[in-house]
Amino acid sequence: MPQHTFLVNGERVTVDVADDVRLLWVLRDVLRLTGPKYGCGINVCKACTSHVNGKAFNPCSVRVGDLAPDDEVTTIEGLADTVDADLHPMQQAWVDHDVAQCGYCQPGQIMAAVALVRRVRAEGRAITDADLDGIRNICRCGTYTRIREAIRDGAERM
Amino acid sequence: MTTAPTSRTPDTPASEPPDRPGVSRRRLIGWVLASGTLAVAADLSSGAPSASAAVPSPPQVPEIFDLGDLQTNSALPTSQLIRIDLDEEGVAHFAIPRMEVGQGITTAAAMIIAEELDLPVDRVRVTLAPARPELVFNQLTGGSNTMQSMFTPIRVAAATARGALLQAAATELGAQLSALTTKAGVVTGPTGATLTYGQLSTLAASTEDVAVEVSLTPRREFSVIGTSHGRDDAVAAVTGRKQFTMDLFVEGALPTMVCRPPTLNGSPRAVRNLATVKAMPGVTDVVTVDTGVAVRAATFGQCIDAVRALDVQWNGGPVDGEDDESILAELRRAELPMVVPKVPVLASTLDLRVEFMFRSSAALEPNCAIADVRRDRATVWAGLKAPLVAQRNVARAVGLPISKVTVNVVTGGGSFGHKLFGDAAIEAAKISKAMGKPVKLMWHRADEPRQGRTHPMATSRVRATMLAGQVLTFEQRHTSVVTDFGHGLGERLTALAAELPANLGGLSLSQSIFTLTQELPYDFGVVTQLLNEVDTRFNTGSMRNIYSPDVATANELAVDQIAKRFGKDPYSFRMSFLRNAKAKRCLQAVAKAGGWGRALPKGVTQGIAVHTEYKGATAVLVELDTRPATVNRKIRDAVTGPRVTKAVIAVDAGLVVNPRGLEAQMMGGVADGIALALTSSNHLQDGHFLEASWDNYFYTRQWNVPPEFRCIVMPSDEELPGGAGEAGVAASVAAVACAYARATGKVPTRFPVNHGTVSFTPKSFVPSVPESPTDGLSYTS
Ligand code: FES
Ligand code: FES
Repeated sequence: MPQHTFLVNGERVTVDVADDVRLLWVLRDVLRLTGPKYGCGINVCKACTSHVNGKAFNPCSVRVGDLAPDDEVTTIEGLADTVDADLHPMQQAWVDHDVAQCGYCQPGQIMAAVALVRRVRAEGRAITDADLDGIRNICRCGTYTRIREAIRDGAERM
Repeated sequence: MTTAPTSRTPDTPASEPPDRPGVSRRRLIGWVLASGTLAVAADLSSGAPSASAAVPSPPQVPEIFDLGDLQTNSALPTSQLIRIDLDEEGVAHFAIPRMEVGQGITTAAAMIIAEELDLPVDRVRVTLAPARPELVFNQLTGGSNTMQSMFTPIRVAAATARGALLQAAATELGAQLSALTTKAGVVTGPTGATLTYGQLSTLAASTEDVAVEVSLTPRREFSVIGTSHGRDDAVAAVTGRKQFTMDLFVEGALPTMVCRPPTLNGSPRAVRNLATVKAMPGVTDVVTVDTGVAVRAATFGQCIDAVRALDVQWNGGPVDGEDDESILAELRRAELPMVVPKVPVLASTLDLRVEFMFRSSAALEPNCAIADVRRDRATVWAGLKAPLVAQRNVARAVGLPISKVTVNVVTGGGSFGHKLFGDAAIEAAKISKAMGKPVKLMWHRADEPRQGRTHPMATSRVRATMLAGQVLTFEQRHTSVVTDFGHGLGERLTALAAELPANLGGLSLSQSIFTLTQELPYDFGVVTQLLNEVDTRFNTGSMRNIYSPDVATANELAVDQIAKRFGKDPYSFRMSFLRNAKAKRCLQAVAKAGGWGRALPKGVTQGIAVHTEYKGATAVLVELDTRPATVNRKIRDAVTGPRVTKAVIAVDAGLVVNPRGLEAQMMGGVADGIALALTSSNHLQDGHFLEASWDNYFYTRQWNVPPEFRCIVMPSDEELPGGAGEAGVAASVAAVACAYARATGKVPTRFPVNHGTVSFTPKSFVPSVPESPTDGLSYTS
């Protein structure tokens, strides 16, 4: 079976799995990183949102074979390691605003939020209502209002 | 986290709770159990209100005895204990016989224990109990009943523990009981000597089971209950450490999925390419079960590929050829006639008929379960709100005695009624048996709206007669596709037949539930509300409430129309006709906070509505923007349309344990309400539902979230918590519906209002699941 090497949460991993298996299943079923959740498998619900080289992406829609050896994947499990604290400021904002209900969507929501803040910052501007309206992540528990509050708050702390 | 601001001394008679309805003054008994460290218990029936109250005809049944009471009282016939253990670290442990699906019951239970035990909230660990057959009817999470039924038993157990700790401390310190105080898990004696609960946990332990009498902390001394607390699993949730069923790794339980029939509830006849699929990469097993063809593989990705590759010959399903219109026609034929009592000839009549489409109750976590079925025993892991029913059904499905089936309850990624049923656990068990191997079963998203539980299609007819500024009669006929109550509520009701109010006699199960939940909070003369249900061919269930969202929407639309006939404003009309004081207070609160009647730009319209249920009340005010620029805003693959720009909800849910948790439930209720009124439904065509994705089934998304949201938690002097999980939905749908009707000048006759447009290209039915894209790296952001 083909071998694939890439970086996950700061560690180099090598997996034996067919090229076209989507990365979500390599993370969850092979590497047992279960933070990224399955909600659709077709890049719609965004529950699996993680980062590749610091940008948000959806591993349910990426073949493991398409990752390069130096590609750096960060899942929710590795987010806090990107800062010097137990929790990333966005995670802390989530706790402070008591956002999660069932919690199933929240790893993806947080990863999307962090990437959004980085993106608008790179564009040299602040987060707008339109940015928040454009977040596609589903929350079937309807925590959207607290998500919006936590993102604005977390952005200030980032 | 939080500690009591003042320390507490052992209870004196002066601190007994006042005599109030809902809390019995009869003695409360707790148990100290034989155990190595302190273990206490209380009977689940502690403090349950008596069911013997007489039920006069008006007021309506739910005002006296509602679904919550039914569930609380169903605990009475069997003696059942809940247990709290205190370990040597001074941490209290409690396994709640309910399921946490996001509604915050574990946090609330921890707060209640912290209150009575005088322990910081973060020193209390609440976990979910596995199926406990001895609880018979008392292990079902539904009908928003958890806090109502568990509140007093948990308090009694915790108070028993505190009493035992004080006794042990008195002996140890050689002090009078009355000279001791407790604070934040520490007992202090008269000389200032202290003992922690951890130190006392073995000293307070008993060698035999002893019954003790306890009194509870009076409400005015509460220091934890009624304060806002974040969820106990907040950190686990944001770090990805919170584990759901699919995050568990059970030895040998490989990913498993099912290739499902192209029409609703069809069945497999033959697999034409079994050998080919079995030989696919990663695939270990392919078996046929009654619901489809199951595939087990090394990864779920390989399951998806195999499901797509399967070439199956299918038998048709029971609704082949049916569509929305044919089922609506069936409902129309089943509508019960109105029986308007004789009214003066000059009375005017208002008629309204509203249709509600099928809606998917799927959570974000799809149906899933782990099952390991052996020759002589079976174990399952799943998010189950009625684990005992699942245990029985699993046993039946795999041909084992119930005692050989172990059911582990895992926190669910949302439920909304979906997880009342053990569908995934039963299916996983059948597959595991057929393969002779453990399996981790997951439904594909596409399977959920297409083959999963739905809220049944329904119609609601209202006829009101009016004369001289009064409503003389108000009749409602609700007609629905049959709602499945096969998750235990039916058994409870049957077992309790003798306890039920007399006027429920002779009604069917669903009619009884309808009668137990529906009430009209207005003084509208002669009121009749009747239900008829037909057609058992669909997979249905309740969905964050049973009938109320639809019934309330029809009623509140009618109320607005009646107000209009009387030339009255919707708010002031409601205020003068509401007879429920809680509803009135809630309505007043949202009208004030939301600025009812304020000047708004043309095209932005307010709607206001109330709902009463579970002995509580909610009111919602919304502002709906129907201006073209808003309605036509473009977001890729999205349904935009009118937008609720502001939502204010007031809730009276009785005694509130955790206001922050209650606000969260209301926020979710409003999000549901917006979707039900405007965007979310299943379309039945040619015997199958078209929806297969969250971009087909339009649950509220960020672009439809009200930018302005406020929740007002009403003060209450009730001694018991009411229901909360579902309370936010009904008034929200109704308020949005009323705003839409006012904005367009036409009462919508079908909900959601956008059902007439299919806003997506349906995905294939064969294969039954869509291919996972491969272009994810071109959409990084
Ligand atoms: S599972 Fe990846 S976007 Fe839904
Ligand atoms: S918190 Fe449950 S889906 Fe978002």
